[in-house]
Amino acid sequence: MPSIVSVKDVRKVYDSGHEALSGVDLEIQEGEVLALLGPNGAGKTTLISTICGITTKTNGTITVGGHDTVTDFRAARNLIGLVPQEINLEPFEQVINTVRFSRGLFGKRSNAAYVDEVLKTLSLDDKATAQIKELSGGMKRRVLIAKALSHEPRVLFLDEPTAGVDVELRKDMWETVAQLKAQGVTIILTTHYIEEAEAIADRIAVINKGKILLVEEKAKLMARMGQKELRIELAEPLQALPAGFEDVDLSLSDDGGTLIYTYDTAGERTGITSLLTDLQKAGIVLKDLQTRQSSLEDIFVGLVHKEDEA
Amino acid sequence: MNLTAVGAIYRFEMARFFRTLMQSFLSPVMSTALYFVVFGSAIGSRIQEVEGVSYGAFIVPGLIMLSVMTQSISNASFGIYFPKFIGTIYELLSAPVNFIEIVIGYVGAAATKSLFIGLVILGTSFLFVDITIAHPLAMLAFLVLTCLSFALLGFIIGIWAGNFEQLQLVPLMVVTPLVFLGGSFYSISMLPPFWQTVTLFNPVVYLISGFRWSFFGTADVAIGVSLFAIGFFTTLCLAVIWWIFKTGWRIRT
Repeated sequence: MPSIVSVKDVRKVYDSGHEALSGVDLEIQEGEVLALLGPNGAGKTTLISTICGITTKTNGTITVGGHDTVTDFRAARNLIGLVPQEINLEPFEQVINTVRFSRGLFGKRSNAAYVDEVLKTLSLDDKATAQIKELSGGMKRRVLIAKALSHEPRVLFLDEPTAGVDVELRKDMWETVAQLKAQGVTIILTTHYIEEAEAIADRIAVINKGKILLVEEKAKLMARMGQKELRIELAEPLQALPAGFEDVDLSLSDDGGTLIYTYDTAGERTGITSLLTDLQKAGIVLKDLQTRQSSLEDIFVGLVHKEDEA
Repeated sequence: MNLTAVGAIYRFEMARFFRTLMQSFLSPVMSTALYFVVFGSAIGSRIQEVEGVSYGAFIVPGLIMLSVMTQSISNASFGIYFPKFIGTIYELLSAPVNFIEIVIGYVGAAATKSLFIGLVILGTSFLFVDITIAHPLAMLAFLVLTCLSFALLGFIIGIWAGNFEQLQLVPLMVVTPLVFLGGSFYSISMLPPFWQTVTLFNPVVYLISGFRWSFFGTADVAIGVSLFAIGFFTTLCLAVIWWIFKTGWRIRT
């Protein structure tokens, strides 16, 4: 399937000399939810701003729906909706007017039915004639999404959609994303909340210091890089690791009541069977077993650290 | 040309004007009425005719120009500065519009507002003084061109300004003196020869003179020169705006 957004070797050097993007390549598939994950200052917002035309790139090419974002900017931008990180709205405007304005700005004829539907999807229908300054922070963020959706974009960029938003609202936002995805909208969101990427993304791109470190399907990423932990609760606490287990990746908890065995799920053999057999031979009685998969956070921290050390 | 976008910007800006009708409309009319009372009636009654016109009538074109120029600048500069200030400019920059469409939308709306104000002041002046307009079409053309060119200048100021102080700085420190010293309230022939020469470096002189000519048929400088001056000024502003959008100066990082 051809990608709907294609970023090739894009560099961005600001006037200050700061290199925010150093050769980014990224292909975004139609209909997917891609999470752009990275620490603060990694280049997430710069990348989005560059694709949307707010920031000019130093070199490289970007196409959206096959249209170059510079030479064919009208066709490219027609396909894009952008929800910025900051709540940038005119305080004295009515919700409905600012949404209509956005639609007009993107060259679309007014369509009251469609605008009403967008407001309804975002639970803003009863706020249509309210002034923006009367709305809560979460509502304002929805107005931004309504504006971005007003011109029926095929690609939606959400820059930190849940930064500074409470847990309930965050869950709402995730639901909205799922709804939009079901309607066939391609969604790219930046976040530094790992759980957000884990909850809603199909693929995850990790960016740090202006470079994409990896792009991978979420499930594969977690399987490929994920390590699993087997926690063995013992009937009787141990003083030290039993003899004969020095070569195994086994450790003892501080209270001596649990043995922790770490293994790689991608390996041919996990070594669990032999470990359990050996423990039985050593006369250790087990009380309970638990396994735990390492989270995306562990993977992320590992990646970014490795990059920082390099 | 994305005409829908131009219309969207224009309507959005005009909506702001009508929402704040008090400050955008009543205040310039109010202050002009005060000028009429103070200069036209009180002081003007002691002044002889200027260039064959009663002083009260003589200042009408100058007063209209004064309002139209300052209003065009403040409307247009605020119109584009405000989105920059509150951050909504992101939408303009990511929309499928080019700079010509943005300029037509914002400058067109700002110019419309000040044209409206200019016409209302003209209407008000009929209540105070007895005037006839010698060349109505030329008068309208001068008015429209002045609204447009000063709205263009205001647009540039709005993009240049980094804060509200700077937004006020150019109108206050540059434009107001130029307009006051540009013959709004006097004919430059009333000045000593040296200051007459200095005044000719003030671009506003040509605009006010041309506008006054359309009322009374007499002018400080030849009408052709006035037309050339306003044409040159408009072209200069357009060139600067073209450069701003080409380089992204103060808008795109």
